[in-house]
Amino acid sequence: MSLLLGLALAVGTPVDLGYSQIPDAGKEAKAAELMGTLRCLVCQGQSIADSDVDMAADMRRIVRQKIAAGESPEAVRGWLIERYGSYVTYDPPLSWTTAPLWLAPLLLLGAGLWLARGTLRRRRK
Amino acid sequence: MKRWTLWVPLAVFLAVVALAAWRLTGTSEAVVKSALVGKPLPEFMLPAMVEGKPGLNRADLATGKPRLLNVFASWCVPCIAEAPQLMKLKAAGVEIDAVAIKDTPGAVKAFLSRHGDPYARIGNDYDRIVQIGIGSSGVPETFVIDGQGRVAAQHIGDIRAEDVPKLLKALEDAR
Repeated sequence: MSLLLGLALAVGTPVDLGYSQIPDAGKEAKAAELMGTLRCLVCQGQSIADSDVDMAADMRRIVRQKIAAGESPEAVRGWLIERYGSYVTYDPPLSWTTAPLWLAPLLLLGAGLWLARGTLRRRRK
Repeated sequence: MKRWTLWVPLAVFLAVVALAAWRLTGTSEAVVKSALVGKPLPEFMLPAMVEGKPGLNRADLATGKPRLLNVFASWCVPCIAEAPQLMKLKAAGVEIDAVAIKDTPGAVKAFLSRHGDPYARIGNDYDRIVQIGIGSSGVPETFVIDGQGRVAAQHIGDIRAEDVPKLLKALEDAR
């Protein structure tokens, strides 16, 4: 396989980045981490790194091409969010719609402390 | 502690049950809308899909007159279902361009001769570069593009007879 890949690179045939890694290991690591957090739009519930449908491969190809060209993972994520909304990412940005996810635990903790305080006070009496 | 506060946990619990029941009984079919609606199309250039019909690039979609961009494939069954509606739109004077996804010239040619050919241009988008570039997640989808190359509206799924007036109105609004 690596021989084939080497041969392909040697003769200048472009590798299909939808199904093969970026030759630069550092960039591939960045791309792999990013692809694990991007939603496959047609399988819904899988990341594009996990899915074998052709659309996921087409998305991986775009992600790898952009990373190989030197774009940062967050820029690539932003590019996809511009097209599909934050639905496409499993790491959604903080916004009005995602704020409850972050704030609810704090509110619940606060409510718990308040309840506990009331109970403890009554016990002391 | 006041009496009524005793009911708060039950109310919260019922609210959670109601939320779960609502989400679980609703349709699971998620429609992913393009976030590019209202924004300009990205730059692109696609080679021709079939002989005798030009390919598609961004400049073709910014001609000063609103047009439709249809994302289709010869292997897509709902695309067959919407073909008569696209022919109707063409007959109404609408200019329609298309990108074909994961397709071959032979298959597209056969599809067009069997189901009609409403397209002015067809770009070969084998790798879904334009499809993903405009935030489309399946076939068929149809985009209303205004005269300046801006995405004015998106129709997800096949165009039914009742969608034709809506698309005509969207094209009128995009003027």
